[in-house]
Order: sequence, then structure tokens, then C-alpha cells
Amino acid sequence: MDKAHRHEELEEEAAKPFGLMGYFLTPGELMHACEKLKNAGYKDFDAQTPFPVHGLEKAMGLPPSKMPWIVLACGATGLLSAIALTAFVSLDYPLVISGKPAFSYQAYIPVMFELTVLFSAFGAFFGMWGINRLPMFYHPSMKHPSFPRATDDAFFVTVEAKDPKYDASKTRKLLEELGAREIVEVTE
Amino acid sequence: MTTAALQEDTPGKRAPLVLGHRDFNAVTETVAGIVEKKTTPSWLVLLGLAVSVLLILLGSLGKLVAEGLGIWGLNNTVFWAWDITGFVFWIGIGHAGTLISAILFLFRQKWRTSINRAAEAMTIFAVMSAAIYPVFHVGRVWFAYWLFPIPNQMSMWPNFKSPLLWDVFAISTYATVSILFWYVGLVPDLATLRDRATTKVRSIVLGIFSLGWRGSHRNWLNYEKTYLILAGLSTPLVLSVHTIVSFDFAVSIMPGWHTTIFPPYFVAGAIFSGFAMVVSLMVLARKAYGLEGLITIKHLENMNKIILLTGTMVGYAYAIEYFIAWYGGNEYERFAFINRAFGPYKWAYWTMWSCNVFSPQLFWFKRIRTSIPAMFVISIFVNIGMWFERFVIIVTSLHRDYIPSSWTYFRPSLFDISTFLGSFGLFFTLFLLFLRFLPAVAISEVKGVMPQADPHAGHDDHGHDAHDDHHEEASAKADESEDEGDEGEEASDDAEKDEEESRG
Repeated sequence: MDKAHRHEELEEEAAKPFGLMGYFLTPGELMHACEKLKNAGYKDFDAQTPFPVHGLEKAMGLPPSKMPWIVLACGATGLLSAIALTAFVSLDYPLVISGKPAFSYQAYIPVMFELTVLFSAFGAFFGMWGINRLPMFYHPSMKHPSFPRATDDAFFVTVEAKDPKYDASKTRKLLEELGAREIVEVTE
Repeated sequence: MTTAALQEDTPGKRAPLVLGHRDFNAVTETVAGIVEKKTTPSWLVLLGLAVSVLLILLGSLGKLVAEGLGIWGLNNTVFWAWDITGFVFWIGIGHAGTLISAILFLFRQKWRTSINRAAEAMTIFAVMSAAIYPVFHVGRVWFAYWLFPIPNQMSMWPNFKSPLLWDVFAISTYATVSILFWYVGLVPDLATLRDRATTKVRSIVLGIFSLGWRGSHRNWLNYEKTYLILAGLSTPLVLSVHTIVSFDFAVSIMPGWHTTIFPPYFVAGAIFSGFAMVVSLMVLARKAYGLEGLITIKHLENMNKIILLTGTMVGYAYAIEYFIAWYGGNEYERFAFINRAFGPYKWAYWTMWSCNVFSPQLFWFKRIRTSIPAMFVISIFVNIGMWFERFVIIVTSLHRDYIPSSWTYFRPSLFDISTFLGSFGLFFTLFLLFLRFLPAVAISEVKGVMPQADPHAGHDDHGHDAHDDHHEEASAKADESEDEGDEGEEASDDAEKDEEESRG
């Protein structure tokens, strides 16, 4: 019985709408649509575009990326690791060359620099996929029949059902007014 | 097409970066089409050739591992020769890729977008070819991991005061960061290929490597910031890598090596040789794959200008070395330089001058720097010249050291030659596989620099209120940060230009 109940739940979830999707053929139209959606009070909407449309984040009202902070933290870790590594190695196994002190930090600057860059780059790479929640096996927006064009030449807008202002018919009407094509309600 | 590009190149008006009135879909079709169409026989022939040369490398390295370093032409006096020459040669070639992808990105040089993908691939493959030399030069290659600070039963650690260890860190960091940067750039294009895939296998494989990318603007925002950060990291990194490579020489007390000019001189030389390699490869690839509309004469001409600039810088460095050898008053230094120009290796020295300093001067003439055959020949000359530069620096400084009784003349053995030749096999095998299976031009980036990609371009298409709305928004936000202000300026510049055009 429990199992049947879960099955029902799953089915219900599968049919739950994710949001309304439509697309435009120019970045300008998309930008305009995003501004209108923002001004109409929508928050949970997204754009899917084949290339980053510059200024769209302003039109959508998105906060700036947090990436620099992640990279700063990773870079600092890299620098500290390099200092710890060179200090430990040169004190654990001192190689006295030209009577220089065991921990001749001046000579370790190249290694410190390289490890700072290495850790920062790893931070940038993995941090970016982490923030973007990628890799992802599946996303509801890929259900739109024309979605393949989002990586080619179409500029999609998705208004998610979880937005408090979302209303299947009103939102659809707004998108129609904005000139979106092929407006489809995709399920989760 | 060529003449159109030339006519466009008048001051005040930029030549278009994409020729042939393409729309977004046409760019996708052109680039993705290369990867999706059937394998051509000519590609198979080229791959067969490259793999045969790669086998020469594998055979030479097998022989080296079996018999030891004695199979190379090295001797007590000349303990570094073709191996380190090959190493510096390949690393230098790699640097142009990073310059194009990172430094030109930071300088907002939009023309980089059609060549950066292939140049970055070239970087990675060149670093792989370079890495062969130090790894196998350790002799017992199965102990190559000793280069890294790994705890071991002898409680021994590597010497962090040695430039050779700095090199280990520099090269491994450079290889890693280059691969990460390249892959970040590839993901949106792999998603494009995934969405066009017609077979199950392609769609699964590309699905895995594109990480579920869906072009969400919330993702693009972090993506672009990351790309900027990686470019910002790669720029000092690439300068540091060749600086550290030059430290391998400059930190020693060998006359001819012990010079403070080495770091900038090596970096300029690296960029010089790398751009020559990019020109050689792009001239062939654009022809073979019909990419003339994306990699235009303008792109090649820009690269030739950089070759001219860096070639002249390298020439300046050659000259200043002589000045310092004379002005410094050190007789060993003076001897090393006289011996370099007039000693037994004078033929190598003057080959270097002719190829590196004289031949690129022809690029002062517009007809030469926009002529495909001319630039191809000069780029090959530069590649040869830059190999000779490293050979001259390394071998002429070593072959006549402080004790005349140990003076010698280095001759490469068969295996020196076959190892170097074979490294081209590795490079070209990887490059051909890249051209066949991955998008050779950054599809999403090229779309981003097309005129219709500017969201302001489509103003006439929609209502007036949208127009005003956006401008209010833009002017309100413009004060918030300089970056945004710049964008605004750029946009208004464009608008002015458009107006001028319509008036004219």
C-alpha cells in the first residue's frame, strides 16, 4: 500500500508544471521580455541563450556572481599550502646551498605563486560548476520541443511555476504580449 | 572576401569579424558541420602520417628507456642540447594559445574568438610534447615522480631552491590550468553538439561531457565571471612559466646564460614562436575546413602584426645581449658572445637572425602580411628560427666552457633527431583528432561578437516604450561601476557609428 502511495506521489510530481517556456529570435526581444517580467514582479524566471547576452542580468535583476570570493578563498589556501610545504620540506631535509638559511623564502616565491594560481584555478573551475549545480542529468526546461535551439539560435525565457506570481493563463498571456513564440507549459 | 576585408580596414571603422552575412544558425552549421560530417579520406591520410611520426617518437623513447641517455649526442661538456631545445621550443609555442585566450580576452580583443579554441588546443598539445623532454631526460623515467614532493621511505625531499623544481611546478600548473580553461570554454559548444546529435551514442557521450549545460543566464553569469577569472589567472601564469623556464638558464653562472634580460626576452620569443605556429596551422585549417568566413584575413593580419612586434623585440634582445657583453667588461661573457656569432656555430646563429629578425620585417608591407602564401612561408621561417634560438643559447654557451681542453663540438645523434621529429607526430596526431572531434571554433563566443548579438541592435524591431525603458535602466546603472559604464560607452559609440553610416 505504501508502495502504491509512493507511486501515486511520483506520478503527481511528474505531472506538476515546472513553468512556461517560450522563445524569441533576437537578444533584444529577450532583454525586453526579461525587463517586463521583472517589472511585473516575477522573480523565478530564467533565460536560456546560445551565448551570454550582455546586460541581461540587469534586465533580469540578478545579483552579481559570487565566484570571486570562492576563488579568493582557494587562492589564499594555495598560498598558505605552498608556504607550509616549502617551510616543512626545507626544515625537514635542509639542503644548505651557499650558506643560505634552510628556509630561504625568496627562492620559494615561484612555487608559492604557481600553487596560488593552481588552487585558484581549481576553485574557479569546480566552484563554478558547484554554484551552477552542474553536472545535471536532466532539467525540465529541456522538455520544450524547440529546446535544442537554445544552444543554437533561439533565446528562451522560462517562468517557473514556483514563482508566487505564476498563473498559467495570465503568465501565458503576458508572454504572448511580449511576442514569445511556441509558448509551452513544461512539466517537472 | 579578401578585398572586402581590406576595404573595411579603414581607421575609425572596424572590419567585421564574421564575413558572409551569417546568422547564428549559420555559425553553428559551419563549425558543428565539420565535426558531424563523415571522416574525409584526406584527414585519414594526414592522421596516418602523423601517427607514423608518433611511432618514431615512441620507438626513440623506448630505445632511450632500454639503453639510457647515452643514445643521445650529449657529452660531458654539452650536457643539454636537443632535448632542452625541444622542451623550450614546444613550451614557447604553447604560450601563444594562452596569450590569445587570456591576454587578448582581458584586452577585449574580440577578434580572438574565432582562433582561441584552436590556439588553446595547440597550447595543451605543445605542453604535452614539451613535457616529454624533461621527463625522459631524467634518464630513469620510472623515477620521474621524484620530481614531486611525495613522502618516501628515504625521507628525502626535492630542492625547492632549484629553478628546475620551479619549472616542475610551473609546467604542471600551466598544463592543468590550460586544460581547465579550455574545457570551460568547450562546455557550451559541446552542449550545442549534444542538442544536434542524431545518434544515441553521440548524444550520451556529448551529454556527459557537456555536463547538462542548458545556457541558463543564471549559469552564464557565473560562467562568464569564471572565464574572466581564469583569464586573469592565466595571464600572469603564462608570463611566469616562461620566466621560470628562462630561470633554468639565467639563475646559473654560465656565461651567455647568466643574464637578467632572459625572462622578458624569453616571453617575447615564446609569443613570437607561438603566433607563428598559430598562423601556420590556421592557414591550413581554414582552407581545409572552409572557415574563411570565420578566420578572416583580418585575423591573420592581426597575428602577423604581433609576429612583427615580438620579432622586433626578440631582435632587440639579441642586440642588447651583445651590448651588455661588451659593456659589462666580463671577458668570459665577451668570449661567449663572440664565439656565438663567429665561432663554430656561426651558421646556427645567423640562421637565427635571418629567420627571427629579418624575415618578419617583411610584415611591415601590408601586401605581404595579407598574403596567405607569404605569411605561411614566414611563419615557417619563424618556427625554424625560434628552434635555432634555443639551440644557439644552449649549445653555444656550453660547448666552449672555462677549460679549453674540454671544448667540443656537439653533433646530434640519430635519436636526438628522431625524438624531436617524433614530437611533431604527437602534436599533429592530437591536433588532427581535435579538429575532427571537437568544435575548432568557439561557437558561442563567435555568436557573441556578431553585430546582431548586441541586444541594442534590434531596437527598431520593437515598440518605443521598450527602448526608453532600457535606456533609463542603463543610465541609472551606468554610474554603479566602471565596467558597466564602459559597456554603455561602447554601445553609444556603436550607435554613433551606425548613424554616420546611414548619413554617408
